[in-house]
Amino acid sequence: MVEAGVGIIFWILTFVIIVSALLVVTLKNIFHSALFLILCLFAVAGIFILLHAEFLAAAQVLIYVGAVSILIIFAIMLTSNMASKKIIQTNQNALVAFFACLMFLVVTLVLINKTGVWNYSTRNLPAENILTIGKLLMTDFMLPFEVVSVLMLAAMIGAIVLAREDKA
Amino acid sequence: MLYYLGLAAVLFSIGLFGVITRRNVIGILMSLELMFNAANINFVTFNKFILNDGLTGQLFAIFIVVVAAAEATVGLAIVLLLYRNWRGINTDNVSIMKW
Amino acid sequence: MTENAYLIPLLPLFAFVMIVFFMRWNEKLSSGFSIAMILISWVMALVVLIETLGRYGEPYEAFYYITAFNNINFEIGLLVDALTAIMLMVVTTVGACVEIYSLGYMKDDPRFSRFFAYLSLFLFSMLGLVLANNFFMIFIFWELVGLTSYLLIGFWFEKKVAADAGKKAFITTRIGDLGFIVGLLIVAFYAGTFNFGGVFDKVASGVIPAGIITVAGIFLFCGAIGKSAQFPLHVWLPDAMEGPTPVSALIHAATMVAAGVYLVARIMNIFVGSAEASMVVAVIGLITSFIAATIGLVQNDIKRVLAYSTVSQLGYMIMALGLYGYDTAHGHHSAGYVAGTLHLMTHAFFKGLLFLAAGSVIHAVHTNDIQEMGGLGPKMKITSVTFMIASLSIAGIFPLSGFWSKDEIIATTLQHPVFFVFTLLIAFMTAFYMWRLCFLTFFGKPRDQHRFDHAHESPRVMTWPLAFLGFLSIFAGWVAIPWLPHGYSSFVYHGEMHHAAPNILLMLISTIVAGSGIVLAYFIYYKEKISADRLAEKFRPLYTLLYNKYYFDEIYQFLIIDPLMKFADFMWTFDARIIDGAVNGTAWLTILWSNVKLWFDTWIVDGAVNGSGWLVRQGARILRFLQSGSMQFYVLFILIIIVVTGLIKFEFIRIDIQWPVITVVFVLGVTLLGILSRLAAGKEGTAQRLEQEE
Repeated sequence: MVEAGVGIIFWILTFVIIVSALLVVTLKNIFHSALFLILCLFAVAGIFILLHAEFLAAAQVLIYVGAVSILIIFAIMLTSNMASKKIIQTNQNALVAFFACLMFLVVTLVLINKTGVWNYSTRNLPAENILTIGKLLMTDFMLPFEVVSVLMLAAMIGAIVLAREDKA
Repeated sequence: MLYYLGLAAVLFSIGLFGVITRRNVIGILMSLELMFNAANINFVTFNKFILNDGLTGQLFAIFIVVVAAAEATVGLAIVLLLYRNWRGINTDNVSIMKW
Repeated sequence: MTENAYLIPLLPLFAFVMIVFFMRWNEKLSSGFSIAMILISWVMALVVLIETLGRYGEPYEAFYYITAFNNINFEIGLLVDALTAIMLMVVTTVGACVEIYSLGYMKDDPRFSRFFAYLSLFLFSMLGLVLANNFFMIFIFWELVGLTSYLLIGFWFEKKVAADAGKKAFITTRIGDLGFIVGLLIVAFYAGTFNFGGVFDKVASGVIPAGIITVAGIFLFCGAIGKSAQFPLHVWLPDAMEGPTPVSALIHAATMVAAGVYLVARIMNIFVGSAEASMVVAVIGLITSFIAATIGLVQNDIKRVLAYSTVSQLGYMIMALGLYGYDTAHGHHSAGYVAGTLHLMTHAFFKGLLFLAAGSVIHAVHTNDIQEMGGLGPKMKITSVTFMIASLSIAGIFPLSGFWSKDEIIATTLQHPVFFVFTLLIAFMTAFYMWRLCFLTFFGKPRDQHRFDHAHESPRVMTWPLAFLGFLSIFAGWVAIPWLPHGYSSFVYHGEMHHAAPNILLMLISTIVAGSGIVLAYFIYYKEKISADRLAEKFRPLYTLLYNKYYFDEIYQFLIIDPLMKFADFMWTFDARIIDGAVNGTAWLTILWSNVKLWFDTWIVDGAVNGSGWLVRQGARILRFLQSGSMQFYVLFILIIIVVTGLIKFEFIRIDIQWPVITVVFVLGVTLLGILSRLAAGKEGTAQRLEQEE
């Protein structure tokens, strides 16, 4: 599937994603895992570029790496004493969960392999990625777009209300 | 294409493992982000290889990113609140809805 | 403007809402706001009237449908014709005067703002009723008028009399409304529409059988009987005097009682379709008018005399409308419709004035009893002068407005000798009792020196509305002067326009009759040539009968309320003896049987129940570990189920046993897993909780 020149980049990115994701979920120091999360998300952005989703890659970097990760790091700083190394960061479900997730992965991968025939499309994606997305957002996806904006507003207000110190 | 899907499956499983095992609420949130990303990779992959007359898959991915951002905002606000009320953010301590 | 006529009722409603929700705490603001709103309405009503005049009374109708419940269409619409335009004018004029007057009259009332809110709501209901274009809407506003009149009559609800009067008004009119709604349903059933025009077309085309029209007409008239206080439901109106005087003025002049007359005029097509129904209307009107006039002769409460005069005048209008229907049904020309609606208008002005002036007097002397007044004329110049203008007008003295409308009504009765005689008699009595009131109140020597000394003229906010209404009482009727080429009768008419030739002889007769009534009152109560007491002595039985208002209240008490009470008492006794006895006997038997069952229960049923309970408890002790309160544990649980389901579904594992068995085995397995993991993790915590539990 992977084109020749792209192949090597894909494998590098995949390696980075899987390793950093594993580190994110296993590291004892939560601050370090946050940093690996950023790395992982960067690599996912690279995958997006490989898939000709340049705008999405840019959004990924801006929103996830730029905003969400910073937010997470802030939260970690604010609740700093939890980042100490002494505390066990995984709970008692770990062993069972590990096997369950492994089984899940196996099932999924086998399923992907078992599906013999895929209806591959012969056409290419529209060339002007950003232009098309902008048009779609303002035409076909108008309503979801507006709904999402309202959702953002609600989330913002909700976060402020929740996090505000009660003066009384 | 199967490699992309496989990558997404691996990423999803790792995220799932994190969600189940992390004791720290922030850790759970981070693992959730991983799962979102796995889903996004799937969307974009299918958009590229199978249903590529429009950019529906990418648009969905964008919406997911936005919703994830909102979710992270509220989630972290809740984390702060938890921290203030329990002086800790371990899920073990927050299991009052039992028995 | 006419297409925006819906704003006329909505403005007072707006005032009501604003006062109730935002302005209640500020008396000046709320009263000012409601007066401003009614004044704007007044201006708009004036414009509507002028535009309607410009269209020569051509009706304007606008409506749209509201669809609800199973595609039933409710029509909401406006109908503006000559009658509506005139009524809008009358209601807003009297309403504005009353609201301004109330500024002075209600000055120190603790619920000042609320009073204005109610007045605004009252005006909204009445204006809406006037503008309605279908039966359904008119019914809604009809009931709103009833509700607000209840609120206003019982405004001083601390007084038991006032609260009772409110209830009486509400219940009595409700009896009439029952008839109204029955008539309304009959009409809607046969015509298939609520719209006035639609119904009238059906009536005119003869689709509806004549008998049905008669029945429907009489039932609809029941509503008017209740609202316009016609015999035999007139008893509530005099009691309604317990409300504040401005309210009485509003009810009597422009809103509540006018609604009934307006209804009869509005649905005149139905009465035209049935001579019998029209005759019923006319006879009821005459009886009411006569009874009320005779009672009015002897009452001593200034407001009660006015109340009975209202009832009497309403009877006049109803009678005129009924006669119009009767004559038209027989193909004769009649001026009844013009006369009735004209009298409705002129009466609104001079009766509103009378009440407001009476309120001014009461405000000054703090009593309603005319035997304690006297000689107030020089002290209260504006009040007394305007009161006398109104009295002249209602008596029908040339050339005040009452004369023209009354003369038209008398002219209507010319073809019906019985009606003619009684109408003249009533006109005589009206002139007499109104001037008895005038002489006793404003002339002669003061009969109660203390109250006389205390009396004073009312403030300007109260006298100005009086003056304005006095002006209208003189001139409003002039629009109907028969010699005018385009007078009232060429504007408000029903069916074909018909110009009655002026009948000078009749005018002379009616003036002489009214004048003689006044002269008689003059001799009895001013010159005291004839002693009122001696007269009363001479006709003692008659006097007592009249003084007690024909014993209507007592008759109703005896015929309806007492039997109801007795019946209720009987039912109570029945309840106590027989039903309770049966119940108690059953109870005794039950106790016996229960003792038998108790033994069985304790040993056998309870044993089974407790046994199963014990089982469940033991099971739950194990199963509750599943409910760990940890979201992550639940997620894990779900994940395992998904994986196992996936394994089986996609045939990674082939299992030949039944699904239920798999499920049970699976649940037990996971439970065990849960228990193990919980125990392994937090031995202390779990053990502690278990201890607490024991």
